[in-house]
Amino acid sequence: MSDAALSRPRVAFPPNWPARIGFIVLIAYVAYASTILDFTWDRFMRGLGQGANLLARMFPPDFAADKMALLYVGMTESLQIAIIATVVGVLLSLPLGLAAARNLAPRPLAWAARALIALFRSLHPVIVAILFVKSVGFGALAGILALIVASLGFLSKLVAESVEEMSMKPVEAVRATGSPFLSVVIMSVIPQVIARFIGFSAYQLDSNLRNSALVGIVGGGGIGSTLLTAFQRFDYDFVLTIVLAIIAIVMVGEVLSGWMRRMFQ
Amino acid sequence: MSVSATATQPPAPGARKRERSLVINKLRKEYRAGQPVLRDVSLEIANLGLTAIIGPSGTGKSTLIRCINRLVEPTAGEILFRGQDIVRLSGPELRAMRRHIGMIFQEYNLVERLSVIENVLCGRLGYVPVWRAWLRRFPPADVERAFQLLDAVGLADFANQRADQLSGGQRQRVGIARALMQEPDLVLADEPTSSLDPKTSVEIMELIARRAAERNIPAIVNMHNVELARRFAERIVGMSKGSIVFDGPPDALKDTHLIEIYGGEGWLE
Repeated sequence: MSDAALSRPRVAFPPNWPARIGFIVLIAYVAYASTILDFTWDRFMRGLGQGANLLARMFPPDFAADKMALLYVGMTESLQIAIIATVVGVLLSLPLGLAAARNLAPRPLAWAARALIALFRSLHPVIVAILFVKSVGFGALAGILALIVASLGFLSKLVAESVEEMSMKPVEAVRATGSPFLSVVIMSVIPQVIARFIGFSAYQLDSNLRNSALVGIVGGGGIGSTLLTAFQRFDYDFVLTIVLAIIAIVMVGEVLSGWMRRMFQ
Repeated sequence: MSVSATATQPPAPGARKRERSLVINKLRKEYRAGQPVLRDVSLEIANLGLTAIIGPSGTGKSTLIRCINRLVEPTAGEILFRGQDIVRLSGPELRAMRRHIGMIFQEYNLVERLSVIENVLCGRLGYVPVWRAWLRRFPPADVERAFQLLDAVGLADFANQRADQLSGGQRQRVGIARALMQEPDLVLADEPTSSLDPKTSVEIMELIARRAAERNIPAIVNMHNVELARRFAERIVGMSKGSIVFDGPPDALKDTHLIEIYGGEGWLE
């Protein structure tokens, strides 16, 4: 043993050649793709001029009474879309998430639920919103449906994961009392996952507030529609007002959701 | 199903004792085909009082006890209790049977985020409808009994604390109260003192023995500790490699039996 140790110098951190080569290839590809797409400094500088022009036309933001009325109508609709979608999503995600948890649900049910969740997660809310606008028509309903799908995709997956990570010991004990399945869920599964679930729900409300503006742009109702109209009419000063309002709402939402998470820790 | 029909009739006087006896016939469990953990174990527990099952780790004690309330699925054999073969039960019949079998666990298996009283009331879940569990509207008589049981196990002041704030010994007392809350006809305990210090272990064993005696029901307790088994059990069953190798009163358990159960002899001073 000492012979081998003497004859060969010992290396603590051997070079990882595959990783090095992979990294060099990645850098080379980024450089190549940038030239193809004209992602260059020159192009950026030309764009800046345009940007300065836009900013100049945005200031000062437009707080005229008729604009504020439009803003108010759009904003309340967006808030309603976000809140309805979150509540419905939260209520539906619990059963769907439980059905997808492989430690509780029978295999075929768990796989079916997982497939459904994967489907919900595979498309961005904007694409889902476009599909709903085309199938149920313009307006808030399409936006609500799109955000319900997004909420279900996110929340059900996290519910399923939390349930799979929880301790099975209390579940086993409650099962041993002869409890029916739903009572087992209520008394031993939900208490273990509820705090995290409320945290996720608060985060989802936050995210739905942001996305409710987005789905409006493709015809799903709310402030997004107002924003799109303002852009199309070159009312850039009103655009700034709307953007500021969205930022304010999202920040308030973030504070509220953080507060909710702390309350249920 | 003719068996279950007779079980729903009110028990005839004098049938009480027979009803509480447990008969295990040729019980076999293989987690992997061809590698039995329980090798056709037969055991009849007709006595009241505490029966201790001793034996080394991995010898099938836990599997045996968990087969009785079907937390583990037996591969073959029968388990007769209250006039039914537990091995054949499923769905509502199995749940109805489980109500009558209280179980105490090594790691207490409490729902940590629920209060102590909620944990004790979990023992009633086999009896109360789901909506009552959901709204925590347990029948007043059950709530009253839960408080009485907490008094009896010495945790009267802890009813509204969360279970994760208790010490190990206190948690096990809650576990015992939960099992008794079922008004069981049989108590199973799977290494109830293995996670506890020696003094608390004695207190917990005393509690189990006393409560089982008060209810006039048998208790089957798995344990490592031979001294505790000698002290509290009226009957000791020794297991080794999936079979029963000793069955008798504590006095009859000699060093030769212990060597047969645990192997070797250097550990016997």
